[in-house]
Amino acid sequence: MNDKLSQMIAEKGFVLADGATGTNLFNLGLQAGDPPEFWNVDEPDKIRALYQGSVDAGSDLFLTNSFGSNSSRLRLHKSESRAYELSKAAATLGREIADKSKRQILVAGSIGPTGEIMGDAGWLSHRDAVDMFQETAQGLIDGGADVLWVETISSPEEYNAAAEGISKVGAPWVGTMSFDTAGRTMMGTTSKDMVNLVKDMAYGPLAFGANCGVGASDLLRTVLGLSENADRPIVAKGNAGIPKYVDGHIHYDGTPEVMATYALLARACGASIIGGCCGTMPVHLKAMRKALDGNPCGEKPTLKQISLALGNFSSNSDGTGDEPRPERVRRGKRK
Amino acid sequence: MSDEQDIILADLSDEELTLQMHDDLYDGMKEEIAESVNILLGRGWMPYDILTKALVEGMRIVGIDFRDGILFVPEVLLAANAMKGGMFILKPLLAETGAPRLGNMLIGTVKGDIHDIGKNLVTMMMEGAGFEVKDLGINNPVENYLQELENGEYDILGMSALLTTTMPYMKVVIDTMIEKGMRDDYVVMVGGAPLNEEFSKAIGADAYCRDAAVAVETAKEFMAKKHNQMVI
Repeated sequence: MNDKLSQMIAEKGFVLADGATGTNLFNLGLQAGDPPEFWNVDEPDKIRALYQGSVDAGSDLFLTNSFGSNSSRLRLHKSESRAYELSKAAATLGREIADKSKRQILVAGSIGPTGEIMGDAGWLSHRDAVDMFQETAQGLIDGGADVLWVETISSPEEYNAAAEGISKVGAPWVGTMSFDTAGRTMMGTTSKDMVNLVKDMAYGPLAFGANCGVGASDLLRTVLGLSENADRPIVAKGNAGIPKYVDGHIHYDGTPEVMATYALLARACGASIIGGCCGTMPVHLKAMRKALDGNPCGEKPTLKQISLALGNFSSNSDGTGDEPRPERVRRGKRK
Repeated sequence: MSDEQDIILADLSDEELTLQMHDDLYDGMKEEIAESVNILLGRGWMPYDILTKALVEGMRIVGIDFRDGILFVPEVLLAANAMKGGMFILKPLLAETGAPRLGNMLIGTVKGDIHDIGKNLVTMMMEGAGFEVKDLGINNPVENYLQELENGEYDILGMSALLTTTMPYMKVVIDTMIEKGMRDDYVVMVGGAPLNEEFSKAIGADAYCRDAAVAVETAKEFMAKKHNQMVI
C-alpha cells in the first residue's frame, strides 16, 4: 500500500484516469501507420500536449505514450532495438508534465500487448515475452513513471509474462484486459477467470480491470463481474461509444454526456479507477470529472439499468452466469 | 464412448473414422488427423472426398462453435493447425486429381496496419473450408492489392484492419477498384475489431464479417450465388 496510486485511491476514494492516446494523437497530426512512440523523440511537444490535455481536463493520472513500445511491436517498424529508449522518453515527458502541475498527478507507464500469441496455440515463448516486458518496464521506470500500467491484454499467459517482467524491475503495477468477444477476451477469458488469475499471482497488480473492448455497456458488465469477488481496486476504461465512419474519417459516437453517465455507473459498479479508452477526448474527461465530483457514489446498477442508460450488450451472456458452458457432444475426448 | 480409452483409428469403419476426425480436429490433434487421412487414402477414398467430408466438415463445426462463443482463438488455432496436418498430405494429391475448388481469395491487412492475428485466422478458416487463399500479409498499399488481383484469378478480396485510423483505407482500395472498372469482378469482404456493418456499407464493401467463421459462411454464400448466375 505504500505505492502512490494505492495512497491516492485511499485518500480520494476514486481516481480519474485519462482517455484515448491514439485518437488524440491523430488529431495532432499522426498519420495512420506511423508508430506513435517515435513522437516521444521526434515530436516531444505534441506528446507534452497530449499529456497536458488530460491534466487540464482533470485527470489524476495519465498513461504514457508507450503502448506499442515493446520489441515485438517495434520490429514491424524495424525499430526493435528502441524499446527501452522510446519507453524511457515517454515517461520522461510524462514526469515533466506531472511535476509542473499544482495538483498531484501520477504518471502511469503504459505497456501494451506484444501482438503475438502465447500458450499452446502460439509461438511466443514465456521467456521471450518476459524479457520484452522487462525491457519496456525498465525504460518507463527509468523515465520516472510512478506506476506501470499493462493494458489491452487478451490471454492469461501474456498477463503472467507481463507480471514477471515487471517483477524483475520491482515496480507497482496495474493490469487490465480487453473483453471484446461476447463479454470475454478474444482468448476466451471471462471476468471471473480474471479474478481468479489475479488472486493467485505471485507478483500481482495493485489494481486490475477492463479497458477498450466493445461499448460502455459491455465494459460495465465486466466490471460488475470483477467486483463480485475482487480483492483489490478495479479499473474501468471504456471506449467513447462505437466508431463510425463520417466524411472520410472515424468518429466515436459517445458524447461527453454519455461518458459522464458511464463514469458514474462505473463507480457505482465498483470501479475506483475510472477513465476512457479509444475516442475519449479531454472534453469527455471534463464531463466525467464534473459528474464524479458532483455526485455521490450510486448504488450498484443492474444489467438492465446499464443497458437502459448506455445501450444494449453485444451478447446475451458474458460466460460468467450459472448456466454451464455449452459443450459439443462428441464421440469421446482423448485428452 | 465417453470413457477415456485408446481409439485404434485403423479399426474404425469409414463412417466412424470420419466422425472421429471431426472430433480430432475439434481437439486440435494434428498427428491423429494425418494418420486418419492416410488410412482413408489407403481405403481408396478420393482426396477431394476426404477434404470435404472429413476435414472441411470438421472445421465447419469448429467454425460454428467459434461463432457461438463456445470455442475461442486458441482452440481455433489448434484446430486449424491440425487441419494443416491433413492438408499437407492432401494438397499435392488434390492438384493431381484436378479436384474442384470452392473459390480463390486474396487477403491482406491494409496500409498503416501491422496487425494480423484476425487476418491469419480468416486465412486458416477459409483454407479449412476448401478455399484457395493468397495472403499479402500486413501493411498493404492499394498497389499491392491491385497488382495481385490483376495477375491472379480471384473471386474474393478480403481486407483487414484493427485500428480505427487504418480502416478508412479500405475505401481507398475500393474506390481505386471502381476507377479501374474492376470493382464488380470481385466480392469485397472486410473485417477487424473496430469495424461494423454500417461502416462496411459506407465504404462500399459487399460484406462485413464479424469473425473468421462468418467470413467463411459469407464467402460460401457469395460463391453459391455466383455459380447460380453462371448456370442461368
